Amino acid sequence: MVFVFSDNEKIAIEMLAKAVEISRELGSKPSAVVLGRDGQEKARKLVAAGASVVYLAGQDMDEIKAEEGSEILHSICKEVDPPLIMIGSTKTGKEIAPRLASLLDAGLSTDSRKLYVRDGSIVTERIVYSGNGVATERFASKPAIVTVQAKTYDPLPPDDSRGGEIVTKDIAPREYGSKILKVESMVSEGANVEDAQIIVSCGRGFKSSQDLKLIEDLAKSLKGYTLGCSRPIAADLKWLSEDHWIGLSGHKVKPKLYVACGISGQIQHVAGMRDSGIIVAINKDENAPIFKVVDYGIVGDLYTVIPKLVQAINEKA
Amino acid sequence: MNIVVCAKQVVDVGEIKVNPSTGKPVLEGIPKKISDIDKNAAEEAIRIKEKLKGKVTVITVGSEDARERIKEILAMGADDAVLIVPPEGADYHVISNLIAKAIKDMGQVDLVLCGEASIDMFSGQMGPRIAGAMDIPQLSYAFKIDAEAEKITAERNMGDKRVVSESTYPVLLTVTKEINVPRLPSLMQILGSAAKPIKVLKAPDMNVPDLAPKVVLEDVKGLAMNRKNLIFKDDLDQAVKDLAENLSKDGALG
Ligand SMILES: Cc1cc2nc3c(=O)[nH]c(=O)nc-3n(C[C@H](O)[C@H](O)[C@H](O)COP(=O)(O)OP(=O)(O)OC[C@H]3O[C@@H](n4cnc5c(N)ncnc54)[C@H](O)[C@@H]3O)c2cc1C
Ligand SMILES: Cc1cc2nc3c(=O)[nH]c(=O)nc-3n(C[C@H](O)[C@H](O)[C@H](O)COP(=O)(O)OP(=O)(O)OC[C@H]3O[C@@H](n4cnc5c(N)ncnc54)[C@H](O)[C@@H]3O)c2cc1C
Repeated sequence: MVFVFSDNEKIAIEMLAKAVEISRELGSKPSAVVLGRDGQEKARKLVAAGASVVYLAGQDMDEIKAEEGSEILHSICKEVDPPLIMIGSTKTGKEIAPRLASLLDAGLSTDSRKLYVRDGSIVTERIVYSGNGVATERFASKPAIVTVQAKTYDPLPPDDSRGGEIVTKDIAPREYGSKILKVESMVSEGANVEDAQIIVSCGRGFKSSQDLKLIEDLAKSLKGYTLGCSRPIAADLKWLSEDHWIGLSGHKVKPKLYVACGISGQIQHVAGMRDSGIIVAINKDENAPIFKVVDYGIVGDLYTVIPKLVQAINEKA
Repeated sequence: MNIVVCAKQVVDVGEIKVNPSTGKPVLEGIPKKISDIDKNAAEEAIRIKEKLKGKVTVITVGSEDARERIKEILAMGADDAVLIVPPEGADYHVISNLIAKAIKDMGQVDLVLCGEASIDMFSGQMGPRIAGAMDIPQLSYAFKIDAEAEKITAERNMGDKRVVSESTYPVLLTVTKEINVPRLPSLMQILGSAAKPIKVLKAPDMNVPDLAPKVVLEDVKGLAMNRKNLIFKDDLDQAVKDLAENLSKDGALG
């Protein structure tokens, strides 16, 4: 049984497409685990997406605590002995996967971009050194565990006629010394940078959140774009919600056009946008590292350059 | 309060180049440093020590030359350090078990702090793995911590959610970059760090039963970025025209 788990349903469905394919090679079956409430409904979607079996557990949990989530997955794994476990690379997935790996004494490779079987071993590829390299790694453990980011695999078209078993597991995790006191949903501005064709990104070169208005005109001249940002804009200053955050620890994007305004271009930011079609930067510091990774750059104050650029683009159109 | 900070020596990833003839990233001669967020973890540990009294021990798994880098954290205010030299080809399984064993051998440890992830491999595995190996609770991605004598509270960045969690001790926390600004040690502190003990342990002497890696690194290829690199400057009116012209030629203006 190849195992798929994610608290993000979309990633679970995407991973199932890969699980279906690799199960054939491993002589196994694709399966999924759903933790938390409303499991039945979610399970049916996962069956339609390719799961032969869906395990439901922890149905009384409002929030998945890493200690409990990994304990439950561990207990199901002991029963079904999966050769491969795929876990969605959300924050929750990233705190569960390593703990599960330690309980299983298993190997784990994070943010796996490619997964295949070679001479009976599971092999994966992942980005290392903040985007400077890609490592090929072979698992010497059963199970092999990988975490997988959104959009790594294309989902199978949902097929409601597909048959699959839904199995409820009653697993009561132990008591731990930790508890969740409060969960606050962050207001998401609904930016979908991963699907965007044009991204204009802002960094600490902007002096205040009001100044982001400056680039609204650019949106019009470029016929629409999605707003991205560097980590400090979302994480320190909180001018924008996390869905705008691009980079190693944020979203990975590949638009046709990426425009970085007031972003220094530290390698952790570049790691999230290096696969973009055309990269443009506006920065007042000629020596900013961003200029090493661009197709076009303008050295200048963004407060002067952006309005001028809007005009120049409008004249072209 | 006995606190352990796990800190890794890394290559400065911003300096890595790809060798065009071998296609491999060149790591030789690249400066090494303590992974950025581990300094945030150290800063937090020292602040907690200042508040609740106790001791801060740094644990590093790495080559012997990590000594020099560890001194930076001793200078910040940590009390002592353990440097564990791992076997060749060690993976997270091996390293987390070495760290968990070293902590166990220290006697009572209340709090273990790790970075959310390292800057070179960026897998964020080590913290939760160590917590699992020690069978203690974990609070990850903490951007604000309040440590009291009997319990610790953490505000955590869980992506689309902010989660406030608390735990009794012992517990492991991983911290984000935003949690604090690590202090710069004074010259006196830097000089003083030379006298602080660094115990060096070799993995085979540590009585860890399973030192075989579960993940074998087969190959690393470099990813070079080839970009046009046309930079326009000085005359900004001309610069924006040149940029618009090029974007239009590339078909990027829709
Ligand atoms: C483990 C780890 C993970 C990380 N993950 C991410 C990540 O996912 N995403 C990310 O973005 N960062 C990430 N970072 C942080 C990263 O290292 C940088 O600190 C961050 O990207 C810097 O953001 P910035 O470019 O907005 O700010 P700064 O580095 O402060 O740059 C601001 C830039 O604006 C320019 N500027 C200032 N005023 C003007 C003006 N008027 N006109 C034009 N230009 C101006 C300056 O010259 C400067 O280059 C991570 C760091 C670590 C250690
Ligand atoms: C190219 C390459 C690829 C690799 N891929 C894998 C792989 O897929 N799977 C695998 O199991 N191993 C892998 N390894 C081995 C791996 O690099 C080491 O296990 C490493 O020590 C942990 O790396 P990390 O930087 O990802 O840690 P993270 O888990 O990202 O680090 C999080 C925190 O844990 C602590 N920490 C991490 N490492 C240490 C340390 N050595 N000493 C003290 N504290 C530490 C720090 O507080 C750090 O902030 C790889 C090695 C290389 C060179």
